[in-house]
Amino acid sequence: MAKIDVSIEHRHAPAPVDGGRPHPNTCPKCGSHYRDDELDSNLRVCSQCGHHFSVRATARIAQLADPGTFEEEAAELRSDDPLEFFDLRPYTERLAEAEVSTGLGEAMVIGGAAIDGHPCELAVMDFSFMGGSMGRIVGEKLTRACDSAAERQVPLVSVTASGGARMQEGILSLMQLPKTVCAVEDLHDAGVAMISVMTHPTTAGVLASFASLGDVIVAEPGALLSFTGPRVVQQTTREKLPDDFGLAESNYRFGHVDAIVPRPELKPFLAKLLRIFGNGR
Amino acid sequence: MAGEAELRLREHLSRLSQMRLLGGTRLSGELKRLQEQLERIAAEPTDEEIWEKVLLARDDDRPYALDYVERLIDDWIELHGDRLRADDAAVVAGVGRFAGHSVAVIGNQKGRDIKERTKRNFGMAYPEGYRKAMRVMELAERHGFPVISLVDIPGAYPGVAAEQHGQGGTIARSQALMARLRVPIVACIIGEGGSGGAIATALADRVLMQENAIYTVISPEGCAAILWRDSKQAPRAAAAFKPDAVHCLELGVIDAIVPEPQGGAHTSYDEAAMLLGASLQAALEELDSVAGDELRRRRRAKFRAIGTVKSLAAAT
Repeated sequence: MAKIDVSIEHRHAPAPVDGGRPHPNTCPKCGSHYRDDELDSNLRVCSQCGHHFSVRATARIAQLADPGTFEEEAAELRSDDPLEFFDLRPYTERLAEAEVSTGLGEAMVIGGAAIDGHPCELAVMDFSFMGGSMGRIVGEKLTRACDSAAERQVPLVSVTASGGARMQEGILSLMQLPKTVCAVEDLHDAGVAMISVMTHPTTAGVLASFASLGDVIVAEPGALLSFTGPRVVQQTTREKLPDDFGLAESNYRFGHVDAIVPRPELKPFLAKLLRIFGNGR
Repeated sequence: MAGEAELRLREHLSRLSQMRLLGGTRLSGELKRLQEQLERIAAEPTDEEIWEKVLLARDDDRPYALDYVERLIDDWIELHGDRLRADDAAVVAGVGRFAGHSVAVIGNQKGRDIKERTKRNFGMAYPEGYRKAMRVMELAERHGFPVISLVDIPGAYPGVAAEQHGQGGTIARSQALMARLRVPIVACIIGEGGSGGAIATALADRVLMQENAIYTVISPEGCAAILWRDSKQAPRAAAAFKPDAVHCLELGVIDAIVPEPQGGAHTSYDEAAMLLGASLQAALEELDSVAGDELRRRRRAKFRAIGTVKSLAAAT
């Protein structure tokens, strides 16, 4: 029996609360509004216009991994504060706050899993944790995910969502670019595939390192994939930006990604790739 | 701090004092002055001194890559173009002879006057620039030439075309290529080591940094605009993220500091080149006897270990 669709009753967004930000469950493209369970049951894709809402790391893992197969690794890793960095607030305070609000130790979750029965290693980023920024622990986790994939001879699937390097770790955050690049090169040498799934947003330091080194690069529709964000480009160059500046669709047109895969098709698409690149070689 | 940084600096100085430098000049007359410099460098800079270094690193009269090439590389031939679509003048690349070896040199190049600055896009490379560097590195690999990389870039160019031509992916692939090379690579930050644009050509066996150079994940202005919401707070941002050579050495990001003439590299191009040449030569000599596969293995291991969190094991 068909489920009664009640989403229409919720289509008009509640008035924005603090600071004029729209409600997180309101579609920024078409204004449709959803209850949590409605969004979750549709993989957090707007059923009216197809807009892809952001997905937290744990939810992403639940969407991709077969139930009960995910075994998290390196969950205990936490950043420290190498520069004793203090802007308007101390870095340690920002870290603690991020951990409390997200329930995660860092902006990346890694571990072994199976997708449609195909074993793989997952490295999934969470934009809610300090903008998915890459500091030393994110670099370390990605490196460990590469090693774990190489050791078990299973493909690595990375799912990125990041504003770039974590400024609060200064030059050490820039060093995560070569660090993760070296880890992926070691993985390539071990004959193990890496599949990179770029989600909104995959920018700056993450785009300029491991995320761009996948054997196959997949993007979600509408994701911003740019080294420099549109606002900075606009401000510094005063160039007129194309409407699709930096978006997955533009990257596809210019030859930087292999496929744009809508979220409902992502798991079967990855399963197909894992059949090709996985242990059946 | 000081401890390890000072040790490395002293070691470097003692090497300098033994070494025959270009044209047979010896450093002996310089030693006393270098000794003073050692004391100056080894001290952790104050917040004001860090900002002075930012200004020195960006000084309009600071020597650029080609100024060093002119003084250090014999038989220099500049190579042009990325073999795909363009020749990016913000990156220079070529081959020549250095200290008895054929070498490949890649460098970022700003311009001296407004005309040249425009031509070279103020040293801000497009993806075509990294691709030119990459194809010259591949050439070096084929012929067994060591690679010298002189890094001096405010940052990758933030433009529409640069994005469309694959800025992020190209920076990633340039690093990946450097992680695969079997020839020795020595990089030196000679001015601004600006973010992704800098690391694109700095994944080297030995990473050196001039005394007044800076190495940053984001420009101080950019950092201030994001974290302080005011780009005028750049000096505070610079003080907070510590982009100077002494801090970079202390954090293990670079391997050695290259001294500059008193007052900065711009006060004497010849002396600055001599000091840089000595450091490059010393670094290349250290790498000379290492086999290609081992070089590559060590290079990757080095970058994988940078900035490892001390509390990793102790974490709960």
